[in-house]
Amino acid sequence: MNTTGTVTGINGNMVTVRADGHVIMNEVCGITVGDKQLKSEVIRIRGNSAQVQVFEITKGIGIGDRVEFSSQMLAVKLGPGLLGQIYDGLQNPLPQLAEKTGFFLERGIYLDALNSAAVWEFTPRAKVGDKVSAGDCLGTVPEGPFEHRIMVPFYNEDEYTLTRVNEAGKYTVNDAIAEGTDSKGNTILFTMAFEWPVKRPVKLYEERLKPTTPMVSKVRLMDTFFPVAKGGTYCIPGPFGAGKTVLQQITSRHAEVDVVIIAACGERAGEVVETLREFPELTDPRTGRSLMERTIIVCNTSSMPVASREASVYTAVTLGEYYRQMGLDVLLLADSTSRWAQAMREMSGRLEEIPGEEAFPAYLESNIAAFYERAGIVRLKDGKTGSITIGGTVSPAGGNFEEPVTQATLKVVGAFHGLSRERSDARKYPAIHPTESWSKYTGIMPDHHVKYAHSILAKSGEIDAMMKVVGEEGTSLTDYIVYQKGEFLDTVYFQQNSFDPVDAAVTPERQIHVFSLILEILASGIQCDDKEDARRWFYQLRQKFLDYNGTEFNSEEFKSLEKDIRDILASKASGIDPNAADILKEVKK
Amino acid sequence: MKVYSRIESIAGNVITVKAEGIRYGDLAQISTSFGSSLAEVIKIDGDMVSLQVFAGSRGVSTGDELRFLGKPMQVSCTDALQGRIFNGSGEPRDGGPALKDNMIPIGGPSFNPTKRIIPRNMVRTGIPMIDLFNTLVESQKLPIFSISGEPYNELLARIALQAEVDLIVLGGMGLKHDDYLYFRDTLEEGGALSRSILFIHTAADPVVEGLMVPDMSLAVAEQFALNGKKVLVLLTDMTNFADAMKEIAITQEQVPSNRGYPGDLYSQLASRYEKAVDIEGSGSITILAVTTMPGDDVTHPVPDNTGYITEGQFYLRGGRIEPFGSLSRLKQQVNDRTREDHRDLMNGMIKIYASYKDALEKQSMGFQKTAWDEKLLKYGEKFEREMMDLTVNIPIEQALDRGWSILADCFEKEETGLRTNLIEKFWPKGAGAVHGQD
Ligand SMILES: Nc1ncnc2c1ncn2[C@@H]1O[C@H](COP(=O)(O)OP(=O)(O)O)[C@@H](O)[C@H]1O
Ligand SMILES: [Mg+2]
Repeated sequence: MNTTGTVTGINGNMVTVRADGHVIMNEVCGITVGDKQLKSEVIRIRGNSAQVQVFEITKGIGIGDRVEFSSQMLAVKLGPGLLGQIYDGLQNPLPQLAEKTGFFLERGIYLDALNSAAVWEFTPRAKVGDKVSAGDCLGTVPEGPFEHRIMVPFYNEDEYTLTRVNEAGKYTVNDAIAEGTDSKGNTILFTMAFEWPVKRPVKLYEERLKPTTPMVSKVRLMDTFFPVAKGGTYCIPGPFGAGKTVLQQITSRHAEVDVVIIAACGERAGEVVETLREFPELTDPRTGRSLMERTIIVCNTSSMPVASREASVYTAVTLGEYYRQMGLDVLLLADSTSRWAQAMREMSGRLEEIPGEEAFPAYLESNIAAFYERAGIVRLKDGKTGSITIGGTVSPAGGNFEEPVTQATLKVVGAFHGLSRERSDARKYPAIHPTESWSKYTGIMPDHHVKYAHSILAKSGEIDAMMKVVGEEGTSLTDYIVYQKGEFLDTVYFQQNSFDPVDAAVTPERQIHVFSLILEILASGIQCDDKEDARRWFYQLRQKFLDYNGTEFNSEEFKSLEKDIRDILASKASGIDPNAADILKEVKK
Repeated sequence: MKVYSRIESIAGNVITVKAEGIRYGDLAQISTSFGSSLAEVIKIDGDMVSLQVFAGSRGVSTGDELRFLGKPMQVSCTDALQGRIFNGSGEPRDGGPALKDNMIPIGGPSFNPTKRIIPRNMVRTGIPMIDLFNTLVESQKLPIFSISGEPYNELLARIALQAEVDLIVLGGMGLKHDDYLYFRDTLEEGGALSRSILFIHTAADPVVEGLMVPDMSLAVAEQFALNGKKVLVLLTDMTNFADAMKEIAITQEQVPSNRGYPGDLYSQLASRYEKAVDIEGSGSITILAVTTMPGDDVTHPVPDNTGYITEGQFYLRGGRIEPFGSLSRLKQQVNDRTREDHRDLMNGMIKIYASYKDALEKQSMGFQKTAWDEKLLKYGEKFEREMMDLTVNIPIEQALDRGWSILADCFEKEETGLRTNLIEKFWPKGAGAVHGQD
């Protein structure tokens, strides 16, 4: 018999319940209001009184309403059919919900996360007599572009001897496709789907590896300058309007990974719509199939209940871990982790916990760390590797990075793509700050090449700052040319037009090719008569380069523009920077 | 319903009574010697029920009568609302009859994100800083960031009259009485009052009474939109709304997160703004709001949280819409279908305007002006006069042409950083050649 209880208090989305039996921390319970049960989670227990956060609007709840405890923690369903889905923070499928309730979300309606009627083509991979344990592969079904592994449920902690494995054939997720006995001789049935609590990381792997392979995003500034490795973590803090969401959207389209999970956490619903309307129409160049087939959207936008917003990032990362267990590379994009943090803050406030900085709870930092810690590249038991890369946007209050969420995040991530208001105001997109951002990962270019470009940029920045003090007239022609080089690098390489069909996504091959040309230009001595002559020359070069960026890689036009660029360069180039001599030799190879 | 006549405590605008069988969010009517007011249940702890009193608690006696209505706040929604003016509690303010038909709940559930469609219709305003640089789109939610003294209500009214909508819902919160009359008269003169519904809470009314205004306005707008109407909701001033929430939170002894505002300020504002929607096969809700920035500080919690919620903002300063800080996040949904040069011209002109600002700074430091600085200064001056000035009222096509002619007046082609193919097509005839050095 499960514990039951009655409501004794309501404050916003927090309800106090008097329970008639044992209550488990974080277990799920349902509050009965009219003909609906409202899903809730126990977040504090005091004597026989439990405080629960309600995952729904609490209007209409009254004292004495009945509560049923489930003794289950908040969990998601894992199995074939997750790809292409659009879920809310509790894994309710939103399109199916719309079929039931129309335009508006109705509370208290929970649908199956996986279509129980869908039929999957099962191929056994294990055989009778095999000894299997959690995460081992029993068979596969084709799902979109992948072989989806049907695994022994992660919670089955024993070792099982298989006594039956079904033949290849068509099954639904709830059909038992295998049977085994555990160490005590009990019979266990294995179906194609199972549940796993969202707040518990899946740790079924041999070892965690160091993230070293680049996760290609096709954003130049990321791949060349501030790379992210598969299994790594990165954050994108920035004031509103600086371009966090657009940057994540283009990454979700173009990133070279197997599965993309988008956690639209507490931000605009409209932004998700673009993704869910456009992805089915777009082709993934890696597989030739629709982009939606590699994507899962977990969508708990700003006007949806705040407690399920808190859950949504965990739901997303758990789905990611599931696909990682199949040896796939997963990218989780969370927009925005600040809304998740605010959800924690709202609950903490209602619990009257002692507030920390800006009223965030004391455990903010450890929760953020634990979330990013679920990223990683791992070697699975079968020797394959799988990874989850996590990229989270941060929306700092007032655009000030000195606030708790940004600071806590910066402590744990491997790369920082800080967006700058100044750059976005000047329409320099993506507005990743080229000198303040950093990455601890190695990318697609040799480190010292990137460093060289960076050194020119740094010098250019210094000269620019100097010019603001002494004026252009107080600046030497040599310095002025370095300044123009930095501006040039910024305009034609850092800035990238996400709305141009070609420039929006630049392959690593093209980045390497174009970057060597850039290095040549940066390293060349430029002979000019005066500053005006230099400015004109750089603008001419810039114009060609922007047109060049907009042409198909290796097309005739591309080659002809490249020739023009080289001609312009040759017209004023004389000698090279000795510091860059080796680099130029390397790139010319 | 049972009547209670013993109020246990009164703090701020929140009263507490001992009562049973009450549901969260229910409404009650309190009768005081000054008249009656609505109150809403905001907390229940055992048999102690806390309510916020919309008319404020000033003058409320512990012996005043409280009658629970057994239902949450509702508003009447019929065609008869058009042309009418109500106060913050939904009662007539225009001397007309009270409306009781088709009562609908306010603050309803959110729109299923998967039922949304990508917005696709430009709203023409005739203002180049909007149409060309930050295009307004049907179903957008967008505030005007400003400070008191700026003509934000005039701008709001101008856009409202220019936009081709079926219905205008005006929600006023803490509105100055003069501003209320201004809106009423402007709508009347523009011939739009008969297709307008006004919920007006003025600065003279109790602060808490303004709390319902956005929800009432949006609930009504939603009904009309579901019935196929293009609705424009004007909310002014949302900072007053946020301040009313702050007041209640402080009374409730909630831990403030930032400058006294409650931790759920973001969620509260979002649940209102997210009502903006374009409904497939039906109408739409566009929200234009005013957010005044205390101390002209955009990092103040109200504009800051708002900026994170809305689909951009118009930054009104010195009587002009500033190119920096202003943003329409939906512009890219429509500006690929206006004219092929729209996007590039939009970004290109702002990039150069940013350089102009640098040149201006250099000039103010007393440095020698280079030839390039001269060009930038000329450009900036022209841009401000011919584009930014709010008296300019021209269609987008003309604004684009004007953009090219400003550029051609000031620069050579490749100094603009615009793509060659566009330059070839749109550069005004008779101006310098691509490689022409003079
Ligand atoms: N890479 C980009 N290219 C062009 N425009 C951009 C880019 N990034 C952002 N923008 C512009 O800025 C607006 C705001 O960007 P968004 O990503 O929504 O900001 P944030 O999420 O940081 O608030 C977009 O609607 C778009 O108009
Ligand atoms: Mg965003």
